[in-house]
Amino acid sequence: MTELGLPPFLILSAFLFACGVVCISTRRNAIGVLMGVELVLNAANLNFVAFARFNPAFRLEGEIFALMVIVLAAAEAAVALAIILNFYNNHATVDVDKADELKG
Amino acid sequence: MSLPVILFSIVAATTVVSALGVVLTRNVVRAAVWLLFTLIGVSLTYFLLGAEFLGAAQLLVYVGGTLVLVVFGVMLTAQGPLQSLKTRPAEWVVVGVLGATLFGLLVAVATGPSGPQGTTPENGQLPGTGPLGLAFLGLSDVTPKAELSGVPQGHIIPRTPVGYLLPFEIVSVHLLVVLIGAAYLARAKRRANP
Repeated sequence: MTELGLPPFLILSAFLFACGVVCISTRRNAIGVLMGVELVLNAANLNFVAFARFNPAFRLEGEIFALMVIVLAAAEAAVALAIILNFYNNHATVDVDKADELKG
Repeated sequence: MSLPVILFSIVAATTVVSALGVVLTRNVVRAAVWLLFTLIGVSLTYFLLGAEFLGAAQLLVYVGGTLVLVVFGVMLTAQGPLQSLKTRPAEWVVVGVLGATLFGLLVAVATGPSGPQGTTPENGQLPGTGPLGLAFLGLSDVTPKAELSGVPQGHIIPRTPVGYLLPFEIVSVHLLVVLIGAAYLARAKRRANP
């Protein structure tokens, strides 16, 4: 682990982040967009843990913030799925391109 | 090539391939399965970094909870044409260029000479469950010992040990609010005129 260093983890995290952004942008299914958000959150989490491991000043904070992000991501997924299900019940589709009107 | 380097190469390659699978597959169900392998790969990376509790929490909460939620959402909404919606090729080109640029920029910043410098401390172990729990309860001194700003010179106010009890409580209440809100949003509607 000592010879591995910080950069490989940052590169892996950057790749996950780019994949998440591309997934959010290209998906037309709302649940696919949600999967992209999960990828982005995981990339941020990986950065937190890598910095906690390789920087003594963030020893405790990195892990604690990562735990917070995991919990908040679970909550976010629950609310997003509830909204998507509600939209599906009302419009019979999960295409985000169809959700462009602000009428009830 | 030592063991950590080989293990990291395997885990990182698996994670990268599954993340690409999430992006490139058109079927939502397959994307969910690729996402499962990506999350497991990230969890294994946590284990490699020495954060065992975080890796276990990732497996339990993400893979066991969030992903099951996503799969249920896919099951409830994926039918016929909605299962694989097509994206226009022009959008693929634009977003691909955007993603490649983003990745290149992030890698350049992370590995450049002015990027973050990581040190490898002597005892490279991350805190286990004991220090984490004490920090969440506010029982351990986790803030750095420094003088507060805005205080006159020589007038030192002793800082009390501050933990993460308040964020912990906020997250707890937030989970309760989310539980109620999600149940309210996703409830079965009653018809206006039965």
